Amino acid sequence: MPRLRRVLGAAAICACLSMRILAAGGAAEPAGRLNSIAPDFTRTDLSGRPLRLDQFRGRVVLLNFWATWCAPCIEEIPVFSRWQRRYGAAGLQVIGVSMDDDEAAVKRFLAKHGVPYPILMGDAKLGESFGGVYGLPQSFLIDTQGRIVFRNVGELDLEALRSQIEGLIGIH
Amino acid sequence: MKPPVSTIMFALCMGTALTFGTIAVGAEKIPASSIPAEYLVQPASLAATLQSTSGPPPLVLQVGFRKLFDEAHIVAAEYVGEADESEGLAALRERVAKLPKDSAIVIYCGCCPWKKCPNMGAAFAALQKLGFLNVKALYIAKDFGTDWIDKGYPVTKGG
Repeated sequence: MPRLRRVLGAAAICACLSMRILAAGGAAEPAGRLNSIAPDFTRTDLSGRPLRLDQFRGRVVLLNFWATWCAPCIEEIPVFSRWQRRYGAAGLQVIGVSMDDDEAAVKRFLAKHGVPYPILMGDAKLGESFGGVYGLPQSFLIDTQGRIVFRNVGELDLEALRSQIEGLIGIH
Repeated sequence: MKPPVSTIMFALCMGTALTFGTIAVGAEKIPASSIPAEYLVQPASLAATLQSTSGPPPLVLQVGFRKLFDEAHIVAAEYVGEADESEGLAALRERVAKLPKDSAIVIYCGCCPWKKCPNMGAAFAALQKLGFLNVKALYIAKDFGTDWIDKGYPVTKGG
């Protein structure tokens, strides 16, 4: 019996260690890294509609962190708007995450500039979940499987990104 | 003592901007590139200063945005707020109101590329105008993540 207890004890320890290793393996993938699954989030966009990132599985998502005070971000928005209109039916979904502190400023901006894709307010927690949004603009391209296939901090090479989007949605 | 030429040039730039109305009252639109090079401090240099034990560290003030500060900021930095807005400038003036004019102060933002930062120029101009003589502006070329966090310099996460 003592021997059986020792065997069972060792088996239990092995099982625990295996689970820890598996868990550690899962957690070893830093958030927001290329080829990792984009972290899901649920927010209400500024038009009052609930939005969950995972609801767009099956579509290509361009997730853009921006702010009204960020000059390069403002330059990109008309381009993203054109892409949403042009490629939306083919499977592109642009989502804007504003890192403004002042929601009213974002609403004023949206009232002035029609943006044909959902805009929601981000925060430090959401930024951290994507590996840290410590500067703007910052964009993530997420494929139909929910995998981050492109990440860019700073101003984008818009032509290169458009080519990548067209490839993902099957337009050449 | 004569002021340095760059200080005179900076004052002239500010005067010209005010004359032609490019600086709005309360929310001053002054580009970061207007800050003379001699007042800039590089991230590596500031990190070394903060890690040194040879003297009192400078007062480090973040003159940018709350959410970015809450995500991560320089160790011991204090949040002041966006110098692009009148509230942020008022908070900056209030924070330094009781300090000696020779206090070592470092301001930083890092919200976006240096040439497009809306806050640094206004914050630096405000401190100059208040007569602070030992102010440095942390030169963040791209953004705080790239030029500070990714380099492994000391950081505090969370507000």
